[in-house]
Amino acid sequence: MKQPSTLKDKIESSGRRGFMKSTGALSGALVIGFNLPFTASQAKTAPPAAVANAWVKVSADGKVTLICHRSEMGQGVYTSMPMLVAEELGVPLSSVKIEMAPSAPVYINAMLGGQITGGSTSVRDAWMKLREAGASARTVLVAAAADTWKVPASECTVANGMVMHKSGKKIAYGKLVAKASSMKMPEKVALKAQKDWTIIGKNKARLDTPAKVYGTAQYGIDVKLPGMVIASLAQAPVIGGKAVKVNDAKTKALKGVLGVVQIPDGVAVLAKDFYIAKKGRDLLEIEWDNGPAAGLDNLGIEQDLRTASLGSGAIMRKDGAGVDAMSKAASTIEAEYLLPFLAHATLEPVNCTAEIKNGECHITGPIQFQQGAQYGVAAAIKMPPEKVFIHTTFLGGGYGRKLELDFQIQAAQLAMAAGKPVKLIWSREDDMKHDFYRPISLHQMTAGLNAKGDIESLHCKMTSPSVTARAFPPVVQNGKDPFMAEGSENITYKVPNLSIENVIHDTGVRVGYWRSVSNALNAFAVESFIDEVATATKKDPVAMRMGMLGHDKRSQNVLKMAADKAGWGKAPAGRALGVAQMECYGAHSALVAEVSMTKDGPKVHKITCVVDCGVVVHPDQALAQMESGILLGFSSGMKNEITFSQGEVQQNNFHDYAMLRMSEVPQIDVTFVQSSESPGGLGEVGVPLVMPAIANALASLNGKRVRRLPLLQNV
Amino acid sequence: MLKLNVNGKAANFDGDPDTPILWVLRDHLDVTSPKFGCGMALCGACTVHLDGAPIRSCSTPVSAAAGKKITTVEGLPAKLGKALQDAWIAEEVPQCGYCQTGQMMTAAALINTNKNPSNEQIVAAMDGNICRCGTYSRIQKAVTRAAKASA
Repeated sequence: MKQPSTLKDKIESSGRRGFMKSTGALSGALVIGFNLPFTASQAKTAPPAAVANAWVKVSADGKVTLICHRSEMGQGVYTSMPMLVAEELGVPLSSVKIEMAPSAPVYINAMLGGQITGGSTSVRDAWMKLREAGASARTVLVAAAADTWKVPASECTVANGMVMHKSGKKIAYGKLVAKASSMKMPEKVALKAQKDWTIIGKNKARLDTPAKVYGTAQYGIDVKLPGMVIASLAQAPVIGGKAVKVNDAKTKALKGVLGVVQIPDGVAVLAKDFYIAKKGRDLLEIEWDNGPAAGLDNLGIEQDLRTASLGSGAIMRKDGAGVDAMSKAASTIEAEYLLPFLAHATLEPVNCTAEIKNGECHITGPIQFQQGAQYGVAAAIKMPPEKVFIHTTFLGGGYGRKLELDFQIQAAQLAMAAGKPVKLIWSREDDMKHDFYRPISLHQMTAGLNAKGDIESLHCKMTSPSVTARAFPPVVQNGKDPFMAEGSENITYKVPNLSIENVIHDTGVRVGYWRSVSNALNAFAVESFIDEVATATKKDPVAMRMGMLGHDKRSQNVLKMAADKAGWGKAPAGRALGVAQMECYGAHSALVAEVSMTKDGPKVHKITCVVDCGVVVHPDQALAQMESGILLGFSSGMKNEITFSQGEVQQNNFHDYAMLRMSEVPQIDVTFVQSSESPGGLGEVGVPLVMPAIANALASLNGKRVRRLPLLQNV
Repeated sequence: MLKLNVNGKAANFDGDPDTPILWVLRDHLDVTSPKFGCGMALCGACTVHLDGAPIRSCSTPVSAAAGKKITTVEGLPAKLGKALQDAWIAEEVPQCGYCQTGQMMTAAALINTNKNPSNEQIVAAMDGNICRCGTYSRIQKAVTRAAKASA
């Protein structure tokens, strides 16, 4: 996801920010944060400022607490966010305590306009903001020390949570809290030079690893509150359906069942444990009205998508004469690509815990969109938003599924109806069948060539459902969903006449953002098609791409490096190489896949990838993110497809929606370009290129072009 | 009333004997390190040991544990447990981390029977455990490291 200004404007946030300092509510603690200039209406709904606006807390006993304001779903923000603050504050990372942020305007992601973890934005959004927060705290602590010692602040330095004077005097931050709280906040702060960094760019131990290997890390599914019951929720077989008649006699006769509760999304059974709750749920006799989607099936969905593709769509980008130049082409090449619906299938199934007491609602769970949860729950249970509190646990995978608000609202409704705390746990099948699916997409590509076989004009037409039209409808104006054009609108190739056209077509299937959003869809079409043109014009795929990237040195550099490292042109006997490259969330990357064909089908031996994402905050975890993204793209692209029959999702669990296993993992070699550019995104950058590179390699191997995913079903 | 032994401690369970061990551990005994992933023994996130053998606790009824020892990551023998945890930390294996306690329990069972597993043996033993974050290559390295440290 990138930065549609309309979305940013829509959710009331402000680009202007100022520093604030408060000691009122946190006695003895110095709290440094940003104070958004609230409007009157926001001020009324905002939680108390002294707590909400904290980034750094230094207590009188010297303890330093840093706030992680993004959801930790594996990508490492629990470590990378504190690294940015600690670098400037001058505290060792190993000594700080981390707290997850509540829902509050101060934690809004300026790139997305809400308190959202997504779009590979965490480091990009925090890069200046959190370093300034650390530097700001450091500046007042230094000023307090200088004032105590009656020396100029310029003679003082900091390290290991202490201010030091050139005379050799030292004082710990904790001892400066009282005085620092009365110091004037600096208007501007100086940030450390890259050469002086001791934390950024270093492989610091992940702060969440010990808890995750000792078994003490708390995920949403681990939450337990006094008096809490477990709920299993029967939802309509078809998303959008409703229960019209319920017979719960058998359920209520089951020993251990504590109650049956109906909410708009279905009927829940409450029990002390999930086994009885689910068993009781399976005994419910429910007559469903399956609603408007009850007739959906895959054939019809695809036919309707093709029909929609005959119409004209919104022009997302036009260079030169756009599609009009196609008529002047010496020859044209066309191809069509189709990608299926996908489920997120996080290993931790959807779950959430809600408690309503003393006029407050507390939601605890694996949440990617804290503000959405707060306001969505408030509206659903008719409570004022300022009485709804969001507590974010670790997420056992996110990929965009946990941006959605359905499960938080369900938990709140259940707690309200049950009159006690409720932990709602979805089964794997619930999770598979009630997802917000990655949209199906049809891509029609046309290239107009000149007499030499160079691409003079390129038309990329995508027909697909719009997630944004469902999730943030005001953002879609004149048929333009900016998120649908990710990976196409920002195409890196120089083409004199370019037309990026998107047709939004609602298939009736509920769709959601899925790791790398449209980048994975468009990259498969664009990078497969560029290769098809290279083949048709008898050009080397790397050389042709290099020729179209003369204006873009970063893209050229990663492509050349990846080709060299992978041994381009020197594939071992019986194997072939395929390449793909793109810009995604501010990172440039190129990827080469080495494949062969065995009697069991295609085999991917090696993936070579080179990334230029600017400054790398944490090299080892950046590598982990690239590997993770590549393998998620690979796993899904090779194997996965969600299909519908009579409106019902046909996949159930990991036997019919298979996950990549250890024995299937190819060798992966990722290299990062050394850079001092501001950081680009990374959490999703690995996902999009792996499948087009594999498809290109297979076409090179045996001349057979796969234009439809999942690859293993279409090879 | 079922008499259980979890990580060396006695525990009782008076609910449905068909209840999978996973939910007895998680919802009644507050042992949450084994995770729920699929409920069908397909992903391995719920892996615990029953008398030292790795089982899928999501699909094994608690009645099968009567008179036997249930072990989770908290209750591994000190040397092996520490070797595994240290190896997982040294290799920075976890991302989301949700599957990792199950991975470690499968690895523990492997190392118990094979002090020096080859890469092929590690892959064969670990192939039933899904990691959606794709930390497989780090898991492999961590198993090798843990096996060496616990030898």
